[in-house]
Amino acid sequence: MKIGVLALQGAVAEHLRLLEMAGATAVPVKKVEELEDLDGLIIPGGESTTISKLMHKYGFMEAVRRFGEAKKPVFGTCAGAILLANRINGQEDYHLGLMDMKVERNAFGRQKESFEAVLPIAGVAPDFTAVFIRAPYIMELGETGEVLAKFDDKIVAARQGHYLAAAFHPELTEDSRFHKYFLDMVKESRGVRAAT
Amino acid sequence: MVEVGTSRVKRGMAEMQKGGVIMDVVNAEQAKIAEAAGAVAVMALERVPSDIRAAGGVARMADLSIVEEVLKAVSIPVMAKARIGHFVEARVLESMGVDYIDESEVLTPADDMFHINKKDFTVPFVCGARDLGEALRRIGEGASMIRTKGEPGTGNIVEAVRHMRTMQAQIRKVQSMSYDELMAEAKNLGAPYELLEYVHKNGKLPVVNFAAGGVATPSDAALMMQLGADGVFVGSGIFKSENPEKYARAIVEATTHYTDYELIARVSKGLGAPMTGIEISKIREADRMQERGW
Repeated sequence: MKIGVLALQGAVAEHLRLLEMAGATAVPVKKVEELEDLDGLIIPGGESTTISKLMHKYGFMEAVRRFGEAKKPVFGTCAGAILLANRINGQEDYHLGLMDMKVERNAFGRQKESFEAVLPIAGVAPDFTAVFIRAPYIMELGETGEVLAKFDDKIVAARQGHYLAAAFHPELTEDSRFHKYFLDMVKESRGVRAAT
Repeated sequence: MVEVGTSRVKRGMAEMQKGGVIMDVVNAEQAKIAEAAGAVAVMALERVPSDIRAAGGVARMADLSIVEEVLKAVSIPVMAKARIGHFVEARVLESMGVDYIDESEVLTPADDMFHINKKDFTVPFVCGARDLGEALRRIGEGASMIRTKGEPGTGNIVEAVRHMRTMQAQIRKVQSMSYDELMAEAKNLGAPYELLEYVHKNGKLPVVNFAAGGVATPSDAALMMQLGADGVFVGSGIFKSENPEKYARAIVEATTHYTDYELIARVSKGLGAPMTGIEISKIREADRMQERGW
């Protein structure tokens, strides 16, 4: 199983390391051509405005949308979750719009309010250390979405079909259970794609 | 249980900045230009380093109305500088909600003996370093991010290159040492033993390491990335160039694609003049900012 990590900016190396810990072949993706032979893609944490601008510049917006529409799984963490959403609170525009959800940026405050907390994540772990850094949260999740975790009654992890989003940074821990969950989604999707 | 200001949260913030460009700005308008160009953060200042150098006198924390203006203008993180050792300036910046504090040699040091005890703060700190020992001393005090000192405000990359090469060479040396040699090397470098042990095992600093102090062109940024920087600070290089918007965008692209020479060539064309540089040997020893701190 070959998983790419979008490597325009942000915490790329951390995701690559955890993917390998979880048993996948992991590669950084800097050019759209590199998406071709991947089974899944992670959009890492970083600055969503920076990553979005670079995605536009190099044709990644269309390429990642096609990737998602081909039923290949995409996992966004923090900035990556903002990029996946089809609505952003207080903004007219959105980025990829692949996942039906409304997100609020910097929803827990500035850096000094950033925190970590141990959360239960449905299907992943009863005790996952979630690191929130100037994190967003999911204000509204579309009907087909499944809430995986909440903090303070706010949705902070969700799945919708072959899309996965986390407001926090599993890549900043040594815990590969969230990445394993994503790899299971990738396996599942390969089965579905092979059958159709 | 919820914990704020943990080392993971503070260092993690810097991890999210990797591969990006942090730009010095002196007002809301510049901050917006930087954000639109793809900066991962802005450093709110009263004057960019080259103007601080030109003005002389005592350089202090920025006018707080500038910091506030920048905080309101952009959604990306905002950094600000406090003088070396000036923990009250740092506390004031923290209280205003600044996302990262640079305990910076660009400002006139407030304490010629001690740096700020950064572990005490919820807000993370970045500090300058010229070599591995200095980097590990700052991390020992609680810095969550390191940058080369270079020579700020010169538009001359040579000092940043020297500091990055020195650090990388020292890291390689420590990595290849036997365990028996580590304590003596800790003494040599003036570095905390436990942190040196981390470098020995992992072959890198325990925090993100950016380049700073002299980056003026897209090629300068790519050079520093190839020498092992995790990202780049650009001080005077952007808003002292002929066309700041273009420079900002070009430096962002060159930092992302630092080994793609065709791309760097493309973004470097038609940029207009970069900032005017200064030859390091023309700067009197007493005026070299990198000598501040230890």
